[in-house]
Amino acid sequence: MNFDPVVVKKDFPLLEREVNGKPLVYLDSANTSQKPRQVIDAMSRFMETSYAPINRSAYQLAAESTDAFEAARAAVRRFINAPKVHEVVFTKNATEALNLVAHSWGSANLRAGDVVVLTHMEHHANIVPWHMLATERGLKLRWVPLTADGQLDLTTLPELLDGAKIFAFTAMSNVLGTLTPVKQLVDAAHAAGAIAIVDGCQYVPHNPTDVQAWGADFLAFSSHKLCGPSGIGVLWGREALLDAMPPFLGGGNMIADVRLDGFTCAELPAKFEAGTPPITEAVGMHAAISYLSSLGMDNVREHEVEVTAYAIDKLKARYGDDITIHGPTDPALRGATLSFKFKDIHPHDVSQVLDQANVCVRAGHHCAKPLMKLLGANATARASFYIYNSTADADALADALANAGDLFGF
Amino acid sequence: MPGLEDLYREIILDHYRTPRNQGELPPPAVRAEGHNPLCGDEIQVYLDVQDGIVTDIKIGGQGCSISQSSASMMSAAVKGKPVAEIRNLVRRFKNMMSIEEEDGNAPPLDESRPLGDLEALRGVVKFPVRIKCATLAWNTLLDGLDQSN
Ligand SMILES: Cc1ncc(COP(=O)(O)O)c(C=O)c1O
Repeated sequence: MNFDPVVVKKDFPLLEREVNGKPLVYLDSANTSQKPRQVIDAMSRFMETSYAPINRSAYQLAAESTDAFEAARAAVRRFINAPKVHEVVFTKNATEALNLVAHSWGSANLRAGDVVVLTHMEHHANIVPWHMLATERGLKLRWVPLTADGQLDLTTLPELLDGAKIFAFTAMSNVLGTLTPVKQLVDAAHAAGAIAIVDGCQYVPHNPTDVQAWGADFLAFSSHKLCGPSGIGVLWGREALLDAMPPFLGGGNMIADVRLDGFTCAELPAKFEAGTPPITEAVGMHAAISYLSSLGMDNVREHEVEVTAYAIDKLKARYGDDITIHGPTDPALRGATLSFKFKDIHPHDVSQVLDQANVCVRAGHHCAKPLMKLLGANATARASFYIYNSTADADALADALANAGDLFGF
Repeated sequence: MPGLEDLYREIILDHYRTPRNQGELPPPAVRAEGHNPLCGDEIQVYLDVQDGIVTDIKIGGQGCSISQSSASMMSAAVKGKPVAEIRNLVRRFKNMMSIEEEDGNAPPLDESRPLGDLEALRGVVKFPVRIKCATLAWNTLLDGLDQSN
């Protein structure tokens, strides 16, 4: 027996809230997730009892604070099954983690003419840093195309990877919901002599993650999508790679020594953690990881497969060809993120009408403009489900959509 | 909470379903392009400006009901009008959208003429997220007028 999302939902104070006398139907967790009481309490408790600078002071309180911060790092290591705890670098978010790799690994290893391979379904966070580097260094970007049902089209992968130095790809599309075959992609990258960078922003909060089973070189993700606070994210990287990279930001905490004529870097992970880090946020992220782990990531995945199957069936049964759901329709191939087109109604208008029923969905380009172009749309509406969403939320979405049809008379 | 009827007035839906002045104008018409970075909507505004008068205007691109109807109403309101009068109208429209005046030294607004159909967009202010949709065409128009100088 899996967990009951209705029971899980009771842990999330915000989801108890009513707006205009009606309950909230929060279907925007691919954007950012809500926070359980356990996370909120852990952060408050920490600030009330143990908050102090980390790594800098000798008094007991500072040691407690440092311990709490390092305990969060250890929790992240277990959560993604990384080999070593100092391979876990805290960043501001996934975006910063990807910029860190692009900047530091890229500046040490890439020269004019070098090839970076990306896919057509990347988030801007895994495109723009490479564009920036490409402009600066004269790199070439190649793009893995998509199949008609929104999966990666791997038929030309060996040619695309030929001579490439980097293959950076998402483990799950934030628009299509597509899960990519991470291990296969990592293996292909390595066979071509490239490093494999996995954008785990959408995958890690919803699936059991094992970087060693993948064989990946880097993984980036954000806390705020996995029930933790915003303001903290993770870059995991192989020790040997991180060790060989120059630092990213310079300042306090990342140095072993500073002289008038230069500096030497601290050891991992401090080398990549310049300045005062998000301390309370690390504690919150730890609580979020504990919360998800107590549900069990296998169970989280199983629950989302069920809700996705239900939602797709429900929307299709009710609206037939009036609704187009992008990406694979087989729930085994996708996560619980459904981008859709409803009749000819613009997604902004769809989300506005849904908002009247407190159904919160995202409308827009989802920071994936190259993919939107491929879909032939400027925008889509996107409903995304998480641990606190039940089939009742899919019903609410389906019901609220009828109002959009009525209003626009399409 | 403001109701949908405050936003989706009948006249707005009418302009959305049958947009006025759609299409392109060949050079030497001015072409200006606007993007709503939030949602990816795009708009093109083509202007023929002769002797200080916008003699023709066409609108291209895609967008939601608010951005499209606002563009359509705008095109109808400015066609055949002198540039100075249009600039005054843009400021009035942005005022209506509760957008701060950018130029503190701008001449006083002339509000003697009724806004006509454009009044229907007043309800957008109650939906702050949509103000950018409503003003997209107008900012693009300004850009076009600046180019035509
Ligand atoms: C696939 C993917 N990558 C990267 C990001 C960037 O995450 P953040 O904004 O937390 O840095 C997101 C967030 O939307 C995402 O969905």
